[in-house]
Amino acid sequence: MLPFRTALAAFRRAPLLSALSITTIAFSLFAFGLFGLVALNIRDALQHIEERVEIRAFVADGTTVEKLTVASEEIARFPEVSKVDVVTQAEALDRARKELGEFKDVFESEFLPASLDVHLKPGFRDPTTVSKVAERLRGYDFVDDVRFGEEWITQLYRLRNIAGVAGLTLGLAFACVAIIIIGATIRMAVLARAREIAIMRLVGATDGFIRLPFLIEGALKGLLGGGLALLMTYLAMRVLEQYLHFETAFFDRRVALLGVLFGALMGLMGSAVSVGRHLRRI
Amino acid sequence: MIRFDNVTKIYPRAAGASALRNVSFRIAKGEFVFLIGPSGAGKSTILKLLYLDERPTSGEVRVSGYSSLETSQREVAKLRRRLGIVFQDFQLLEDRTAEANVAFALQVIGTPAAAIPGKVARALTQVGLASKATALPRELSGGEQQRVAFARALVNDPFVLIADEPTGNLDERATRGIFQLLREINASGTAVVMATHDLELVRSTDYRCIELNHGDVVFDSVEAPKLEVEAD
Repeated sequence: MLPFRTALAAFRRAPLLSALSITTIAFSLFAFGLFGLVALNIRDALQHIEERVEIRAFVADGTTVEKLTVASEEIARFPEVSKVDVVTQAEALDRARKELGEFKDVFESEFLPASLDVHLKPGFRDPTTVSKVAERLRGYDFVDDVRFGEEWITQLYRLRNIAGVAGLTLGLAFACVAIIIIGATIRMAVLARAREIAIMRLVGATDGFIRLPFLIEGALKGLLGGGLALLMTYLAMRVLEQYLHFETAFFDRRVALLGVLFGALMGLMGSAVSVGRHLRRI
Repeated sequence: MIRFDNVTKIYPRAAGASALRNVSFRIAKGEFVFLIGPSGAGKSTILKLLYLDERPTSGEVRVSGYSSLETSQREVAKLRRRLGIVFQDFQLLEDRTAEANVAFALQVIGTPAAAIPGKVARALTQVGLASKATALPRELSGGEQQRVAFARALVNDPFVLIADEPTGNLDERATRGIFQLLREINASGTAVVMATHDLELVRSTDYRCIELNHGDVVFDSVEAPKLEVEAD
């Protein structure tokens, strides 16, 4: 109980320094949060595009509907496949007319072949897997041709990989900056109480006892800073939505909670490092 | 109770110069010992070795069974709970009252909360500051601030009081008051080891005196009872 009281007393005794620490932590986590929000929306956008990855197997004229149904059920059982749509010639024509309105008079009945539209499960939409499934589809004797926009999928995955690596690198850089700033902030608090620490040591307090209030203080500051950063990130998103007419996704509750806990963890780690260094020096 | 056996201390950044050289002495239970000598003679080093803030480069310091060769950092904390330490600059927490400063020494070693007020009141009475328990350090004179520091050092009933120039920042009157307090503390059975530059004070008593110079013990009144020391 005493370490908690001591940690809370530190807020009371140095309100300005505490407010400064919390604000600094909040702004460093806000920068991290904004970056996270951008990364989240890029990921969502790419995921949305990725969902459109499908393989279209064009069927030879004269293939019976029964044969197509049996084959589609078999293909649907492939581990990579989520759904198979059987598209008849009439349905293909309808779709073409809808998608390419300006050519609607060009298309005649039975101009377009029937097809099996194969949709893949998430995690199986990479170029290699798509090519492998396409190859298996080519093995059916009634399949004339298989199309899946190989180049488009390759580009999409290259973009996704670049976004992933850039996201990870920038995310780590932002996290490092946040840790350094939080560590420096907590160090100021430790130095402000250097005399108190020296006296504690002199009168026989163990290092663990000296450390604990600082760890609690750091975690509380991180928690409050994290909460403030979350609020600022949310407000920034709302402002963006309102003035730039963006439809943006926000962190779900679990991620938001993890973000705030990350702040607490940063505060805790910053404190542990700062107090540890100080105790080793005195 | 306290034993220095062939203690040498060299600080790594002091370019090989010894702060103490082959120092040996014993201090008995309840003894009053002055450490004198010019600045840099090794007085503060001896005190730091006593509360194991420093370890000898060679030799051994033993304080009530705690050896400098074997005592872990965690055990050092236990040793310090049985010591009282006072400095020239008082080392008080400026934002806390006299009683809060004294109570602090009990809180940080886990003394039950119910026992703290009584012990604090007793310690402040012992140093003659019961009426100023709620004063902040800045509201007290130098001598009074040092008395608060003594109350904090005494509140855990130490077997030895270590005082590093406790009168160094005080005027003559306050110095006399503090020294009288030290005599009373010693009379109650607590050993006192006090580093000082105040030779007048030393000459005015029959207490044991160890003189240091450049890290060597050059005089110990246990071996030569009559004190003949020169001013700095």
